[in-house]
Amino acid sequence: MPLSWLLASVVLLGASGYVAGRRRALAGVGGKCWLLHSLPHYYGANVAIFTIVPALMVLAVWLLVQPLVLERQVAPMITGAAFQDADARSLAMTDMRRVARGLDVAVRQGALTKEQARSNQTEFTDIRARLGRAGVAPGGAVTPEVLRAAQRYRRLEATGSILMTAAVLGLAALGLAYACFTRTRREFRARNAVERAVLALLILASAIAILTTVGIVLSMLFETFNFFELYPWHAFFFGLEWRPRFEGGSELGLLPLLWGTLYISFIALLVAVPIGLFAAIYMAEYAGHRLRAVAKPLIEILAGIPTVVYGLFALVTVGPILRDYFAEPLGLGSSSSSVMTAGIVMGLMLIPFVSSLSDDIINAVPQSLRDGSYGLGATQSETIKQVILPAALPGIVGAVLLAASRAIGETMIVVLGAGAGAALSLNPFEAMTTVTVKIVGQLTGDTDFSSPEALVAFALGLTLFVITLGLNVLALYIVRKYREQYE
Amino acid sequence: MNDLQVTDPTVQTRALKISARQVDVFYGDTHAIRKVDVDIADKTVTAFIGPSGCGKSTFLRCLNRMNDTIDTARVAGKIRLDGEDIYDPRVDPVQLRARVGIVFQKPNPFPKSIYDNVAYGPRIHGLARDKAALGGIVEKSLRRAALWDEVKDRLGAPGTSLSGGQQQRLCIARAVATSPEVLLMDEPCSALDPIATAQVEELIDELRRRYSVVIVTHSMQQAARVSQNTAVFHLGELVEFGETGQIFTNPNDPRTENYITGRIG
Amino acid sequence: MTDATAARPTPSLLAQDNRTRHRNRAEVRFRAFGMAAMGTGVLALAVLLASVVSNGLGAFRQTFITFPVVLSQERLDPDGHRDPAAMARVTTFGYAPLIGRAFADHVAALGIETGLGPRAMAAMLSEEAPGQLRTAVLANPQLVGETITLDVLASGRIDGYFKGRVTLESAERDRNVSPEQLRLAETLAQAGVLTTRFNQNFITAPDASGQRPEAAGLGVAILGSFYMMLVVLVLTLPIGVAASIYLEEFAPKNRFTDLIEVNISNLAAVPSIVFGILGLAIFINFAGLPQSAPIVGGLVLTLMTLPTIIIATRASLRAVPPSIRSAALGLGASRMQSVFHHVLPLAAPGILTGTIIGLAQALGETAPLLLVGMVAFVREYPAPLPAGLFDPASALPVQVYNWTQRSDPAFVERASGAIIVLLVVLIFMNALAVLLRRRFERRW
Ligand SMILES: Nc1ncnc2c1ncn2[C@@H]1O[C@H](COP(=O)(O)OP(=O)(O)OP(=O)(O)O)[C@@H](O)[C@H]1O
Ligand SMILES: [Mg+2]
Repeated sequence: MPLSWLLASVVLLGASGYVAGRRRALAGVGGKCWLLHSLPHYYGANVAIFTIVPALMVLAVWLLVQPLVLERQVAPMITGAAFQDADARSLAMTDMRRVARGLDVAVRQGALTKEQARSNQTEFTDIRARLGRAGVAPGGAVTPEVLRAAQRYRRLEATGSILMTAAVLGLAALGLAYACFTRTRREFRARNAVERAVLALLILASAIAILTTVGIVLSMLFETFNFFELYPWHAFFFGLEWRPRFEGGSELGLLPLLWGTLYISFIALLVAVPIGLFAAIYMAEYAGHRLRAVAKPLIEILAGIPTVVYGLFALVTVGPILRDYFAEPLGLGSSSSSVMTAGIVMGLMLIPFVSSLSDDIINAVPQSLRDGSYGLGATQSETIKQVILPAALPGIVGAVLLAASRAIGETMIVVLGAGAGAALSLNPFEAMTTVTVKIVGQLTGDTDFSSPEALVAFALGLTLFVITLGLNVLALYIVRKYREQYE
Repeated sequence: MNDLQVTDPTVQTRALKISARQVDVFYGDTHAIRKVDVDIADKTVTAFIGPSGCGKSTFLRCLNRMNDTIDTARVAGKIRLDGEDIYDPRVDPVQLRARVGIVFQKPNPFPKSIYDNVAYGPRIHGLARDKAALGGIVEKSLRRAALWDEVKDRLGAPGTSLSGGQQQRLCIARAVATSPEVLLMDEPCSALDPIATAQVEELIDELRRRYSVVIVTHSMQQAARVSQNTAVFHLGELVEFGETGQIFTNPNDPRTENYITGRIG
Repeated sequence: MTDATAARPTPSLLAQDNRTRHRNRAEVRFRAFGMAAMGTGVLALAVLLASVVSNGLGAFRQTFITFPVVLSQERLDPDGHRDPAAMARVTTFGYAPLIGRAFADHVAALGIETGLGPRAMAAMLSEEAPGQLRTAVLANPQLVGETITLDVLASGRIDGYFKGRVTLESAERDRNVSPEQLRLAETLAQAGVLTTRFNQNFITAPDASGQRPEAAGLGVAILGSFYMMLVVLVLTLPIGVAASIYLEEFAPKNRFTDLIEVNISNLAAVPSIVFGILGLAIFINFAGLPQSAPIVGGLVLTLMTLPTIIIATRASLRAVPPSIRSAALGLGASRMQSVFHHVLPLAAPGILTGTIIGLAQALGETAPLLLVGMVAFVREYPAPLPAGLFDPASALPVQVYNWTQRSDPAFVERASGAIIVLLVVLIFMNALAVLLRRRFERRW
């Protein structure tokens, strides 16, 4: 039975459980629902939960575990003597899986009959050709062992699937019966039971945040370890060259990428912090209601524009202008993608980020401090410079750190505006590349996840994650401390 | 610095410092002050008393144009400082406030060191020629605010680290440091204990030798103790204005009597 | 004045002293800086939008060439049975000469003198034309043998000439177009054979290869983005609301909930590309979901948007006054009932607004999608839902990126046009959010 049907049956069982539970509860009190502890539909829901939840849990576990078990079953067939090292073995298993899937497809399309797909006699070349016609190209050479393994895999899979269906449906029925007959009495606290289940669901939903973080860290950590088995960690962290080569012998040093990232982020902050801060000051302290009502949303629109738009802006507008009017006349280079291009455009992107955070922070400075300063005869700008900004400083530092973390993690602007060649140079009109550009570069297109050239992206990702996480935690801590001070 | 000059305390000058005529204040549509006439004499303490919300703070803030910082506030009428209309368009409120200082009800030290808090006014107005002079002003102001002995060893500590009463005296020192001609004080003692209150009252008495002081207070005793003149406000109107002794012993207006007796009797 | 203050001559208030004048000048300067900064922000927005619009509006107009074509039977249906299966054996190579010849004949029939050979003339038409004609014929075999009026795209360079991208001078140096071709195009435009007009295919057609910018469209990308947004909506809304309800209404203050709180605020600031890595490692490499599929992109964007939506939802739950909860509890409702029956409906507009803004953010996100294979060149529309979730597709912002990577400058216009489409959708979504907020805004 296909998965969707199985799911539908379970849900159907659950629905009938709901109806049955509700009926039974009402019947138990002769229709006088006020005699029940809870409203009748809670009894129904209780039965439905008992029917669906355990069945689905078993289903999920089964789906996760079955492939592992099956692979262990068939692995000896191909890996017996032929393959000793882990890579080749996993490659062979991948092939086996692909062939098995291919057979499925071929059967579905009618290129093979069910019997042919199963038969031991099928000519090997024939299978290959038919698979090809069905649009499945098995990876490397399909050896007879692999084919046999794939066929056995499919047989086991079919058995497993029948067993699974039986187990899941059985469990659902069992749950239904149990809840319906022993937990649908008048004094049973159905509402509390249902609410406990709902609460569990709510907790589960909020735990997804943690799961995501764990997923991020684990997925990158594992591949990073794999990377460091193929490539020495000190050469990665302290390498001054970034030169990946397909034929091997790549140099994958982090430093040039990190330099490009920091240089561009620095220029971006150089643009965004003064403009954003001054704009925030102007809007918070000077602008009248009407100007504020117009200008603030306008600037915030900048924050809602997708970064790819900024990227294109860098590529087709800012880059050529900088090249034609600055870089070439100054003899500093002839590349339209450069640190300057990406930095300036990224700075524009960060303006609303800095300004709205600073705006909040400046507004959080109590009015009594302003009054104190004006009362002493200070002008508005003196008050801002000498009282408000020092008072808001921790908060503004936090905002700048958050903006820096944004800049470091920004991808599309640098992909389109900074260039692809790694360089350790000071010339801001030279094309440089960043950590994020290289993550995209190494992981798009056809990638072989056993090569250091692809795996390095995970190490880069982890580095990026750690840096931005550190900045965020620090910034949030500072901002929170700042808020507490004036609360 | 001119205020180093010794003034003869016996000289009772009652020259007119500030005169307010027909002052109205609106907050948007709320009419907070109605047609108030008050004369503040030089080298005198004038007390503003009246029930809460009657407009004492509002009127006080008119006297150095602090109401300019509130968007909705509008002031009408004539207020003259030494005969010059302070709401004249040519007047720069910055210059005005250097001459008419203010201390608020709630202490509001800047998040800076004690020293920088006091030095703030002299610095922006350029009152000190050099570091030493500035240090002198800071010390003198702190002494006058009766705070010097408590903080002289930690001038670098943040102003916010002081106790509430100390903070209020710091704010007084800060206001005194610019040597204003008039010092406005909005319930300066509401955050203070009796000892600190006594110190501030002493300070006010001392300030009176050189400046004129306007003080808003809810304490009848305090008004009676420190002030020479008293203005009684009620619902935005000036009920009565005259010598403190006369107001407290022989008020003309029944509302004044009610207010005073309701409080102290 | 008495002698006591006489030593300090009181300056008049009506005249500013030097120092005040100096300070006021500093004040004016400072204020000017502020104004300039704000102006820069607004100006940046204006320049950005102007650049996109001026580059991209052209994508919505395209140059077409109209001429009659005889669909000769011996070429297109040699058997003469009008059997689509048999006719499908004739590839686009069978159609191309037909169109080329018809075009040359039409030019000759109009009496236009040109030094161009048939090949050079055929090169003025889009390479996409034979394919389009073939599709039309296979869909309607009865057309064979008739003469139809064909409305084909002009090649990208010819189109560029009418949009000002290509000039006679640039054509001198261009291998793909000659000045002679441009002159012919000019003549044809005067004759009314060649027209530049609105091109709906830009929105509905699938992408086209790098040599055929004139035929590239956003159909697959729009559909892919739409599918992904559905996935995001269906997943984030329930999960986000459930998580927010727990955190805001039920969570005790302990280490676990603290951990969740810190986690959510940090996840909101994790670079989006990291979510792409997560998607690649977990959804594709581990779970074995297909590359380039909207389901994977949707899942990645879901994880990315969840923190935003949780933060917005919690804010609107918090805005519901506690008195509502106490009232419900006082009537004997359980805490769960008070939340689901009373608090949640009141918070719904706020939640909806937050969700729309979260969706808008997800719609414009590009970087993580690059890693889960959404950059692939996809010409087939994904199947209808739900199966289409697993078909290869593109996405609007990724299509923009894709087009920027192509060498033909006509793709810059395409990319900017795609951005216009994207921005229009985003403006619409944000306007909806603002409208909802205005409509349901409640002051307690
Ligand atoms: N910023 C403002 N905006 C609008 N109305 C205000 C503002 N400040 C004060 N008011 C109103 O003006 C009236 C007078 O207020 P004011 O603060 O002057 O009273 P007060 O006499 O100082 O009272 P208290 O003794 O409590 O300090 C009050 O009704 C108050 O509500
Ligand atoms: Mg007051």
